[in-house]
Amino acid sequence: MSPPRRRDREALVRPYLITGGRAHPTVGSLGITTLVRAAPETESLGLGPEHRRVVRLCSGGALSVAEIAARLELPASVTRVIVADLLDENRLQVLSSGREQAPDRELLQEVLDGLRALR
Amino acid sequence: MGSEPSDEVYLAPTVRTAVKVLVLGPFAVGKSTFVGTLSEIPPLYTEETITRTGAVADDPHGISGKTTTTVALDFGRRTLNDRLVLYMFGTPGQRRFLSLWEDLAYGSLGALVLADIARIEESFEIIGVLEERGLPYAVAINDFRNAEMPPDEELREAFDLLPEVPLVTCDARERDSAARAMISLVEHVLSVCPQQSQESA
Ligand SMILES: Nc1nc2c(ncn2[C@@H]2O[C@H](COP(=O)(O)OP(=O)(O)OP(=O)(O)O)[C@@H](O)[C@H]2O)c(=O)[nH]1
Ligand SMILES: [Mg+2]
Repeated sequence: MSPPRRRDREALVRPYLITGGRAHPTVGSLGITTLVRAAPETESLGLGPEHRRVVRLCSGGALSVAEIAARLELPASVTRVIVADLLDENRLQVLSSGREQAPDRELLQEVLDGLRALR
Repeated sequence: MGSEPSDEVYLAPTVRTAVKVLVLGPFAVGKSTFVGTLSEIPPLYTEETITRTGAVADDPHGISGKTTTTVALDFGRRTLNDRLVLYMFGTPGQRRFLSLWEDLAYGSLGALVLADIARIEESFEIIGVLEERGLPYAVAINDFRNAEMPPDEELREAFDLLPEVPLVTCDARERDSAARAMISLVEHVLSVCPQQSQESA
């Protein structure tokens, strides 16, 4: 398996241009493994290019914030801001329940069962 | 469907819960290999920028004021059942990257620390930081060279591990072996997890 590709420096998107350096309350509720998808029948009209790419990617199904960042070659921090923008506009929906939190016993047991089934 | 990405890009539509695990270790110890072995998708790569004081060590020229550094994260995922997915993040665990992996560690299940038997001391700092942060962990010695292993007891002493912390060997290239290391971490986390989640009234 070939290792993940290091992003081409030329392709670096300047975070400031996309996020405008805005403070953003929704960002605080997003973790790197928060799962989102596009809201039904969302259009990407009237959006900037990076926001449009996120909507387009997410209209195919559910992904984590980290995967959106990786697939679109955006820094994770920038992706968080874009996803937060789109959540505020109801163009994206959060699928996982709220803030990332350490699993409880029940969930740990589920993880364990899932891993054991891999072997 | 046109030119949409292939289905395997996306999670099953029933998935509602994500858990994450950190895979930490020194340079070239096998973090990416480990993540790739257990991942159901080809490993992905992203970067996180650190803007806090933790980056100072990366600024040898002292061009301070703007202490930003970029840390590579590679990660993969494995769907564990129809509603649950596990994300695994491989990242260097050195103290200078602390602010990054503190963010990552938030809400995570725990960490798997990889070590190379020929240079186990390079994993010590990571273990120290995990203990400070109270994040549960297991140590997996990635057995590169089929090296002869010192007795378990000697290793545990070298790592200065508490008796309950798992110490396993693994081959990061083999699914069964990698899964076993991950299982030992989760079993450990389960064993230290409080029986009841403080239910009052
Ligand atoms: N023989 C053997 N080789 C391994 C094993 N795990 C990894 N390797 C090899 O060791 C090299 C480094 O592995 P990586 O997975 O890239 O290590 P890493 O920790 O991600 O490295 P950095 O991200 O550069 O710090 C690669 O050439 C792997 O193929 C193992 O268990 N056994
Ligand atoms: Mg790597």
